[in-house]
Amino acid sequence: MITRKDLEHIGWLSRLELSEMDIEKYTPKLNSVLDYFSELDEVDTEGVEPTYHVLALSNVFREDEVSEQGGSLTQDEALSNAPKTQDGFFKAPRMM
Amino acid sequence: MWASINELKERIHAGSSEEVVAEYLERIGRSKLNAFIFTAGDSALSRTKEIDANDIEGPLAGIPVAIKDNISTKGIQTTCASNILKGYVPPYDAHVIERLKDAGAVIIGKTNMDEFAMGTSTETSFYGATKNPWDMERVPGGSSGGSAAAVAGGEVPISLGSDTGGSVRCPASFCGVVGLKPTYGVISRYGLIAYANSLEQIGPFATSVRDVATLFDVVAGYDPRDSTSVDKEVNYSSYLENNVKGLRIGVPEEYFGEGTDERVEKAVRDSINTLEELGAKSTTVKMPHTKYALAAYYIIAMSEASSNLARFDGMRYGLRTEDSDWHTTFSQVRAAGFGDEVKRRILLGTYALSAGYHDKYYLKALKVRTLIKQDFELAFKDVDVLITPTMPYPAFRLGEKVDDPLSLYLADVDTVPINLAGVPSISVPCGFSDGLPIGMQIIGKHFDEAAILRAAYTFEENTDFHTKRPEGM
Repeated sequence: MITRKDLEHIGWLSRLELSEMDIEKYTPKLNSVLDYFSELDEVDTEGVEPTYHVLALSNVFREDEVSEQGGSLTQDEALSNAPKTQDGFFKAPRMM
Repeated sequence: MWASINELKERIHAGSSEEVVAEYLERIGRSKLNAFIFTAGDSALSRTKEIDANDIEGPLAGIPVAIKDNISTKGIQTTCASNILKGYVPPYDAHVIERLKDAGAVIIGKTNMDEFAMGTSTETSFYGATKNPWDMERVPGGSSGGSAAAVAGGEVPISLGSDTGGSVRCPASFCGVVGLKPTYGVISRYGLIAYANSLEQIGPFATSVRDVATLFDVVAGYDPRDSTSVDKEVNYSSYLENNVKGLRIGVPEEYFGEGTDERVEKAVRDSINTLEELGAKSTTVKMPHTKYALAAYYIIAMSEASSNLARFDGMRYGLRTEDSDWHTTFSQVRAAGFGDEVKRRILLGTYALSAGYHDKYYLKALKVRTLIKQDFELAFKDVDVLITPTMPYPAFRLGEKVDDPLSLYLADVDTVPINLAGVPSISVPCGFSDGLPIGMQIIGKHFDEAAILRAAYTFEENTDFHTKRPEGM
């Protein structure tokens, strides 16, 4: 069961500001989904390895170089959608 | 307006790409389906002029194609149907878009979808719901509802969607068109805005298996920018053979269970009989973990989503609200930018990954995923393809399920196991119920698109369901 307090905490972890109304609205719906998820409790997974990924691929590496094929963007391109920029950087809000 | 690629090529050859594309644009302009979020009329027409003037060749030369709005198109807005990406214009093309351009295709617009591809009905879009061409009061399916409805409504001959848990096959089924989800890794995900990376693939839509295969041939292939891309060169169209002699079909009874509409079950079983009359053999197979696929799928998809969508912070792109401190700004941007379903999935995914719950939910789901994958491996020891309904029922009414997340999730029961296993699957029209299309799902082994394309093509060549068109379009 997700309580109101849990939801406030998850909202903080998710960086989602939740209004009173959101919390009222979401709590029962999230709990009905979690209830459904509990069906998995009855599956015997003793000794079963988890599948993170379906294909037997190992790590794929490339040289750490700027390359057009690698999909590198120019600084202008990278900044082209930023709501706020300054001196060629993304402008973030203050930390505190 | 429901022309095949070959018919359009003849028209372009005799006339021009410009007149063909202009006709489709005009049709989109008059449409009431809301299949498109954005129509790229100017850039499309200027591209046709280039193609016409220079006799540019290619498998899709001059052919218009519509793109789901979660696939990055350089210079054309890409929003994932979300307020948080309103006005975002990608500075680069997805790999599939590069491939389409090389093939001479003309990007005609961006199609509507559930916000961030999270849905089964295309109702959670910030830009309003898309309607089903067969019944304007019903959903087109989702999440690639715009791409399917546009093809079904004759607004474009071919389109691309993405399929994380059925998002190509579901709308293909509801709209009466063909939709393919390839084996995981066959189409590069570079430039596809991620929802759940370990599950999703881009997939083609068309009114026939042949056109799906043509589009698939163009967009599939190795791309080093997607580290899960598989290095295989295949000519998929070469598998289109009108012959299923000796094909072994497995029918998993678990997919015909409680909740499956009788008429859907009958249409799919009749279609299996049709294939048997053409020389295939069918047997019942057991896939005992099927009932757990839905819960495992949603836990994994939501967990991956909660991590993927952390990038939407208003810093580098998208919506930005009034600045306060870092944490508050970040939280307010996301509160204002995401819709309810996206928030619910982020919250549940965060919960499933959080300390104390990770093993109970996320790790457990990954272990169940292994069991589901093994069900498929075991079944495919004795059969070449599996056949099931794509959706347990035909298209439901707009508004019927959108406020009840769990009932909406349950609609995905027949499509999500395929993404958990990473195998390929195609949905083809196989019947009607009260004028609404029914889809049959044909599932193959990893990288055995050959078998499902051959079965689908043979079925299509010997039936006429795919030639039916909605009235009043």
